[in-house]
Amino acid sequence: MTEVSTDTPMIRLSAVDKYFGALHVLRDIDLEVPRGQVVVVLGPSGSGKSTLCRVINRLEPVDSGSIALDGVPLPAEGRALAELRADVGMVFQQFNLFAHKSILDNVTLGPIKVRKSGKAAARDEAMQLLERVGIADQADKYPAQLSGGQQQRAAIARALAMRPKVMLFDEPTSALDPEMVNEVLDVMTGLAADGMTMLVVSHEMGFARRAAHRVLFMADGEVAEDSVPEDFFQAPATDRAKDFLGKILTH
Amino acid sequence: MHVITDNLSLYRDGLVTTLRICLYSGLLALLLGTIMAACRVSPLTPLRAVGTSWVTVFRNSPLLVVLFFMAFGLPELGINGTYFVFGTIGLALYTSAFVCEAIRSGINAVPPGQAEAARSVGLGFGQTLSLIVLPQAVRSVIPPLGSVMIAMIKNSAIVGAFGVGGDLFSVGENLTSAQGEAALPVLIGVMLGYLIITIPAGLLLGIVERKVAIAR
Repeated sequence: MTEVSTDTPMIRLSAVDKYFGALHVLRDIDLEVPRGQVVVVLGPSGSGKSTLCRVINRLEPVDSGSIALDGVPLPAEGRALAELRADVGMVFQQFNLFAHKSILDNVTLGPIKVRKSGKAAARDEAMQLLERVGIADQADKYPAQLSGGQQQRAAIARALAMRPKVMLFDEPTSALDPEMVNEVLDVMTGLAADGMTMLVVSHEMGFARRAAHRVLFMADGEVAEDSVPEDFFQAPATDRAKDFLGKILTH
Repeated sequence: MHVITDNLSLYRDGLVTTLRICLYSGLLALLLGTIMAACRVSPLTPLRAVGTSWVTVFRNSPLLVVLFFMAFGLPELGINGTYFVFGTIGLALYTSAFVCEAIRSGINAVPPGQAEAARSVGLGFGQTLSLIVLPQAVRSVIPPLGSVMIAMIKNSAIVGAFGVGGDLFSVGENLTSAQGEAALPVLIGVMLGYLIITIPAGLLLGIVERKVAIAR
């Protein structure tokens, strides 16, 4: 367990409420994630965990409450929001690599178009990142030519190319074949060890035990439990969490 | 059928005039239609309202009425121009509504995750649309856009009949009414002229469609 600093929290949500029509998906959420902390968010489907992840860079607008990243309140729309999103890496369940661009172009697009990096510098950095996630040899292929695990690692490299302050992972391994899950988790574990602030929506218990500082258990739009991994997995406090763990751990 | 061979240069000039109307109208309609499609998917409500109003007005008005507005309404407002300019712009305005809807259907066919990924990398609305969404929308847009363009080529006959003169349709009209030629062979010539434009246009679209295909 690495030490976590106590200055301005990297992510802060205050009294956040979010509705989808009549459905109350996030109920009065208060959450602070310090710099360098790795948080795993668990919970049954429909508990609001993906929405929690998506409101942090405002892919979903909230109905009330406020969100601040590194002390800066999230702007509403427009250029300021785009600039802030550039500092937040996001990895999706379905990878969402740009289908009409090569893997290398997927990774260099943001640095060139948003950070205004030079093409050669962006390319060099992208190749280093692709090397780091183990797919440098796939750089000139298109996303559809790669396996799911390779695509997800490319998506992580694309996010890292922006040199983000925070990385959000929305069920990064849920769409993968079982034999490809570990190659993605290994990359994520490496990131966690490097001190990246991460919020990971995932049911990968091994990753939560190995890399997380903190586990949030969500149910019905609320954070039902907020504890360290050992405590949560060995002695969950709520019945909802016991029930949930009973269902996923028996198989 | 000697009327066609005898008047070949007339037909050729008609073909060229029709092509000019279609080229200018087509380019203007593509430009306006793309801008309006961007408005219709914009996060800003006023822009969406502009796009929606545009489509509502020009898709639901008969082309002939739009052309009357251009030719007789605008001069009353002090805006003057030739029939060619008014006719071409009128056809472009009318066609742009259909172009807009064809492009918008293509935009909607691109998985929403593509735009989400673009936004999360920090791209703005314009960059997301021009770098990520539109290049992928092109593929599914080509067939409906092709139909719109071919309809526009045929609609150019109305612009010609309206007073531009000298286009393919007017050539036919001139030969039959002014020169008293039999209608049937003259019209066959006119129809062949349109097919000379529309059939290669269709083939060209097929080639473009294959060129822009994206593997998924």
